[in-house]
Amino acid sequence: MMPDGVHRHGDHLLDGGLDQAVVNALARTWSDPPSWTGALSAINHKTVSRRFMVTTFVFFLLAGLFALAIRLQLARPDNHLFDPDLYNQLFTMHGTAMMFLFAVPVMQAVALYLVPLMIGTRSVAFPRMNAYAYWVFLFGGLLLFGAFAVGSGPNTGWFSYVPLSGPDYSPGKGVDIWAQMITFTELSSLLVAIVLITTILKMRAPGMTLSRMPLFVWATLVTQFMVLFAMPAVMFGSTALILDRLVGTHFYNPANGGDVLLWQHVFWFFGHPEVYLIFIPPLGFISSIIATFTGRPIFGYPAMVMALIVTAFLAFGLWVHHMFATNIPELGKSFFTAASLMIAIPSGIQIFCWLATLCTGRIVLRTPMYFVLAFFFILVLGGLTGVMLGSVSLDLQVHDTYFVVAHLHYVLLGGAVFPLFGAFFFWFPKFTGRMLNERLGLWQFWLFFVGFNVAFFPMHWLGLHGMPRRVWTYPAGMGWETMNFVATIGAFTIGLSVLLFLINVVLAYRHLPGAPSDPWNADGLEWTIPSPPPPHNFDRLPVVRSRSPAWEENTSATAIGGLAADAREVLITSAVEAKPDLRVLFPTSSIWPFISAVATTVLFIGSIYTPWAVVWGSIPVSIAVAVWFWPDKNDTQTALSLERHP
Amino acid sequence: MVGAASVLSVLLLVGLVAADVLTDHALSGLPAADALHVKVVGRQWWWEVHYGQNGNDAPTFTTANELHVPVGRVVIVELEAADVIHTFWVPNLHGKKDMIPGRPATIVFRADRPGAFRGQCAEFCGAEHALMAFPVVAESRADFQQWALRQSASAVPAGDEITRRGQALFQENDCAKCHTVRGTDATGTIGPDLTHLGSRQSLAAGTVANDHANLAKWIAAPGSIKPGTTMPATAFNDEELRSVVAYLESLR
Repeated sequence: MMPDGVHRHGDHLLDGGLDQAVVNALARTWSDPPSWTGALSAINHKTVSRRFMVTTFVFFLLAGLFALAIRLQLARPDNHLFDPDLYNQLFTMHGTAMMFLFAVPVMQAVALYLVPLMIGTRSVAFPRMNAYAYWVFLFGGLLLFGAFAVGSGPNTGWFSYVPLSGPDYSPGKGVDIWAQMITFTELSSLLVAIVLITTILKMRAPGMTLSRMPLFVWATLVTQFMVLFAMPAVMFGSTALILDRLVGTHFYNPANGGDVLLWQHVFWFFGHPEVYLIFIPPLGFISSIIATFTGRPIFGYPAMVMALIVTAFLAFGLWVHHMFATNIPELGKSFFTAASLMIAIPSGIQIFCWLATLCTGRIVLRTPMYFVLAFFFILVLGGLTGVMLGSVSLDLQVHDTYFVVAHLHYVLLGGAVFPLFGAFFFWFPKFTGRMLNERLGLWQFWLFFVGFNVAFFPMHWLGLHGMPRRVWTYPAGMGWETMNFVATIGAFTIGLSVLLFLINVVLAYRHLPGAPSDPWNADGLEWTIPSPPPPHNFDRLPVVRSRSPAWEENTSATAIGGLAADAREVLITSAVEAKPDLRVLFPTSSIWPFISAVATTVLFIGSIYTPWAVVWGSIPVSIAVAVWFWPDKNDTQTALSLERHP
Repeated sequence: MVGAASVLSVLLLVGLVAADVLTDHALSGLPAADALHVKVVGRQWWWEVHYGQNGNDAPTFTTANELHVPVGRVVIVELEAADVIHTFWVPNLHGKKDMIPGRPATIVFRADRPGAFRGQCAEFCGAEHALMAFPVVAESRADFQQWALRQSASAVPAGDEITRRGQALFQENDCAKCHTVRGTDATGTIGPDLTHLGSRQSLAAGTVANDHANLAKWIAAPGSIKPGTTMPATAFNDEELRSVVAYLESLR
């Protein structure tokens, strides 16, 4: 522990004291540069994360509008509001944008903001790469929506099964753009996974051993390892698809030794874990919210962590349950049935632990808590239909019907979007320094909850009565009219609820920031610093002695110092015990990640039109990346002087 | 408490797995000895149906968009796809089976009572996936034999003036390039076999009832019934259209 006061070593101002000059120096050091070039050079994790969150949320709104369009078309039978081509583009865009441009990246985006605050550090690892990942993601998303806006959106579904998406049956550029959008988002997501894993394993505050890590950080760590194993499968798949389409390879062409089923294996080997990429981070949100609003730590911490890890492993053994209708051997299917049912066990254990926490705590009902309680109701229903779908004989009837549409929305909205809105309410004061209105929040919650069930519950019934998925219209007289109309009403209720959220955010921004550092009396380190946090997060780096550091007495007294306040010096700790290990100088803001992302975009988009773009396009990418990594004389000087005077 | 709940869930799930395996086993136990073999090929966006190719007692013929099966007899349907993936699904008779290019599959079922059941494509297969259905008619063995015999016969030559005129128009225009009418010079294989079109219940793969008005509309402007269909519109005048409709209706 450092005594208060200003410390200098050589030319450097050191942190650790409470002197205002040191705090000011830290804020200056970690700020993003001003002006518009500065905006393009920003690498502070909070800036990048805020952009990431807003971008994914805009994509969520657009994809939601597509869903409303779909529901309008299906509100009555034999409806000709849209022609089949436009309808097929709409549902493809809805699924693709929700899965690739919203659900997975928004979880990473929130983690990029919260993880450094929860583990007590001033940055994420590789902050420039993090900025690059954001720009690549943004350009990939704009490519997809741009293509739709000019009328050449993809129309083969978010799963783009070959041969329908192959060169013979999908001429035009829609599928190429879809496949290249995958390349963009997966590249971005892999880079962010590396950023988060490194941050979590090497940058935790001293004393935050693995067994004291907040459950949200555990959930993030587990998820990012899943990203590392799941994403390469779909990147291979989409690259092979582009090669089939662009240069005439035959990965998926049975006439030339290719295999149509290969795509499905590769896609679902990614696609099923992807559900858990979306579902596991919210489990972390829920743990934070429940602990806060019951005023006690989560029951069964070791069981919770083990359940997360087991879920991650099992998630890779389920992909064939998306393919029960293909002609793979029956015994193999039974294996995947067993695996599919097994994954209910760790999910069940977590739910039991939360219930135990709720039963033994003093529950304070605020908006985030409503969203979490709704999670229990909706996810359990979705989980039960999931167990039904795991059974081969049942699945063969309801597969590719609206029953599956109902199931997946119960799991994904119940498991991810409800907790995500809870998390937005919970951390909004931390993100912005402003509180969201509680009354509007409850209106939003109830409209969402009721609208959701009105929209999706009837779809179980539609599926059981034989309505297939992905149909642009359906004939009258099948008995599907009423339920479809009810579902449409529910969908618009959800739309209204999301509109209320936007209004709530706008109203919050009409006030000056004034949220307290800890409005909820929560337990995490992020609540020990101001809302919103200063550029450097922590004036004094905390030392952690328990799983609920903010509930400890005298937390502010346990801090360490000695890092430079006028250079971006970061403390690296050991992976398991979080013992101080190294001081590392982090890079300063730079516009080159942005320029590299533009060059990468030119390469990726060019390669939709000609394979030569890969050759010529790699030249600007190489130049941009070389300049990005070129050592700066001043930075080297700073690093050397810090090294000489530790 | 948490431990007990977890153990209970595990036991419950193990029970469900066992029940599932037993159900699968029971469903796959149909005898194949006396089975009727049918081959169905999925195409964008219709069904090609072949009877009698495996040396059973049924006569050999090709039809489209309608399946007839005898009640009480096991039917083995060989499934193929000519273009993209389709899924054969008749909910009242059995679950789904994908038709995957390059991977022939079979589905085995038995209709236990007579009736007409709706089948439809369950795998997204492009523009008109929504309008790709077919009726399955389960009938007594005698009725089935009679139906099969009639289907295997060539088209009855057009008799009166208007149907002769219709047949000539069908042959001279592009119709015959895509469609086969057995016993005539029309031998196209891109579209459905129309040898006994007049006997079928529906048009455009289960999209509309096979009646006079729908048939005329379908020939004149197929896109108005099934947007995105591969069948081109024709440029017949009223008199020509009436003749072609009369001809096709006579193919019973």
